[in-house]
Amino acid sequence: MTTTELEQPITLPGTRGLTRQRLLIAAGLALGLVGVPLIGNDYWLNSIIIPTIAMGLAGVGLNLLMGYTGLVSLGSGAFMAIGAFATYNLLLRLPFIPLPIVLLLSGLIAAVAGVFFGLPSLRIRGFYLAASTLGAQFFFQWLFTNFNWFSNDTLTLTISAPRLELLGWDLNSAVGRYLLVTVTTVLLLWLAHNIVTSRIGRDWMAIRDMNTAAAVIGTKVASRQLLAYGVSSFYCGIAGALWAFGYLGTADGYTFNLDKSFQVLFIVLIGGAASLFGNFLGAAFIILTPILLDVATSTFGLSDYIDQAVLANAQRIIFGVLIIVLLIKEPDGLARLLKQLARKFTPQR
Amino acid sequence: MLKSVTMAVGLSLAVGLGASSAVADDHSKEQLYPLFTYRTGPYAPSGIPFLGGNRDYLRYVNEVEGGVDGVKIYIQECETAYTIERGIECYERYKNGYEGALTAAIFPHSSGLDIALTEKSRADKVSVVSPGGGQSVAIDGRVFPYLYPLVFDYWSEAQIIVDYLAKVHGGYDKLKGVKLATLYHDSGYGRETIEPLKILSEKYGFEDIQIPVPHPGDQQQAQWQQIKKAGADWVFLRGWGVMNPVAIKTAARVGFPVDHVIGDIWSGSEDDARPAGSVAKGYLSVSAFPPGIDFPILQKLKTAILDADKTDLKDKSKFGSVYYNYGVIEAIIFTEGLRTGHKKFGNRPLTAAEGQWAFEHLDITAERLKEIGATGLLAPLKVTPENHRSETVSAKVQQWDGKQWVALTDWLTADPALFKDILYGKAEAYAKEKGITPAAVTN
Repeated sequence: MTTTELEQPITLPGTRGLTRQRLLIAAGLALGLVGVPLIGNDYWLNSIIIPTIAMGLAGVGLNLLMGYTGLVSLGSGAFMAIGAFATYNLLLRLPFIPLPIVLLLSGLIAAVAGVFFGLPSLRIRGFYLAASTLGAQFFFQWLFTNFNWFSNDTLTLTISAPRLELLGWDLNSAVGRYLLVTVTTVLLLWLAHNIVTSRIGRDWMAIRDMNTAAAVIGTKVASRQLLAYGVSSFYCGIAGALWAFGYLGTADGYTFNLDKSFQVLFIVLIGGAASLFGNFLGAAFIILTPILLDVATSTFGLSDYIDQAVLANAQRIIFGVLIIVLLIKEPDGLARLLKQLARKFTPQR
Repeated sequence: MLKSVTMAVGLSLAVGLGASSAVADDHSKEQLYPLFTYRTGPYAPSGIPFLGGNRDYLRYVNEVEGGVDGVKIYIQECETAYTIERGIECYERYKNGYEGALTAAIFPHSSGLDIALTEKSRADKVSVVSPGGGQSVAIDGRVFPYLYPLVFDYWSEAQIIVDYLAKVHGGYDKLKGVKLATLYHDSGYGRETIEPLKILSEKYGFEDIQIPVPHPGDQQQAQWQQIKKAGADWVFLRGWGVMNPVAIKTAARVGFPVDHVIGDIWSGSEDDARPAGSVAKGYLSVSAFPPGIDFPILQKLKTAILDADKTDLKDKSKFGSVYYNYGVIEAIIFTEGLRTGHKKFGNRPLTAAEGQWAFEHLDITAERLKEIGATGLLAPLKVTPENHRSETVSAKVQQWDGKQWVALTDWLTADPALFKDILYGKAEAYAKEKGITPAAVTN
């Protein structure tokens, strides 16, 4: 799908830049789908790359809502949970449905929930709206820990990865899961790109910039807002399924708790609002920095000199300080930082 | 400024990741022990003394005994903050060894992580050992060849509670009509005793009342009113964290006798009873990890590690506490596992495959416990390829005297035959759902 997209003639102004951008995307895809599986080992795929991509996708979901439409949600975790539990139950109870359709359906189920919990946005905004989306977070956590039908009556209320396969091809290996996560994400990114550059996306941005003005020029504010909640939750739902089964291999009601919602929120803030690619930078920052700090302490043998407990706490402090410094120095996030760097290193014409 | 920030981030990235292979010392003569820690996060208060016991015992083995059969243990800490995602990263980092030292088995130190590693460990053929925190269904080693839910499970705990009540009431026939209310943390962990207690109540004729407490459990007025109203004789408290002291306090407030409240193994540490204050005096709990410093091995640790100021503990009063001793017990299980492997493969670091064999044939006898100086600290433990838990599960009942725990009983051992078929049936159902062929048992 993406290759045909690349071969299409370019119709927008600024043609030269776009061709280069598309070439870059093509190169990135080739590297991502062929290069990474070839050179990445289990460790890199399983614990660095897969989680970064899955959380980045969740970031895309929230960014469509927050960055593009200017609405807030603290319920991303809940929609991720819905996606994960829906995928599990669909694969378990309707085993004849192929995996891509299951993911799509799970996203749609999450979208329905998202629209429902987006209803308060028609009346309230800002902090009040944020508080009302917390309802989704607590409701679904309660639902999945109190009705063990959702986890197929297991003792532990935990859902474990069903067999992931596509056309008889087993996707349970690290590379298989990587490809599942990456291909899904690329397709969804392409969709997101098209949405935000379409009429819908322009309407969203109009609502974000000034919703009264948007209403005056004829934008259907209410339905567009609900659509934003639906699309956002659709993305979060699929990201949740990928997080649970592409990465963790398991999930329960607490996997997608309020912490996870905040993580998604930070990914958007750090990556950069109203940017699609930035979410992956944000996810990399959130996921990799703690690991990096941990690896660094053991590499430099710091544990021989400094007490382990001090080190463990210091890592968290440094992580927090990094976030603060980053947001002060570059409130528009890593995406903008990268763009500025790129501009610096490319010859100006 | 912008540039310098990026430079710094980039530099630290390059250094952190590049250096990990550059300055690798050779540790190939040592056995790796990847120590999954939670020194931060909400469970740090129990993690810190636990890790203290764990590290202190291994340090003792390394420095006083010269290693396990001469093989030194190489500890690498990996902080998980008790989250599953950080735990998975730690697992991936250390599953194939580190700096030449081999990984024989992984101790995830978290029930959630244990579950998450179920299928990963099967694919990687690395054993995951969870003393006291494993999945009860993983008892079936033929379906779960790489999981070891050693020492304890909640099904046996339900039996032990009922056995203890029978003892107090003067026989199983006296249990008829006795009302046992179970106040449980509303989670997978908390619900595990619902099914076994239902079966036991049908068998012995006591009344089974189940009352959930939502996480975190800092409000329990309604639940305790319900217990009073039902006229419960005993309360089995299956709590976690803050839920425990709140339960004890609320029991006292509604006038329920605290000496008829029996805590779960995770409701029976000093930090569960002490915050409840003076009303906690008389509170009971099941104990699989007995506290105390009178065990000979604890005395040895005191002389060689604690008094020599080599302990990992910051707060030395935690020495001999429930979680400290739990850490010691786990380290003993690790080193005894290695010893079992050394007998077959020779005194050298074990591979993951050899580690799997070793834990599958782990047999810590009463004699061996006496040699270690751990009699009474843990019950004899015997693992077989069919039974990855232990053939028998034992625990004591202890009582809080206002200052410390006092053991009321010796080891109470649950009848292993009672739930065997149900648990193995659940394992079989799991195998069917996942399309797993149970491994043929070979010795």
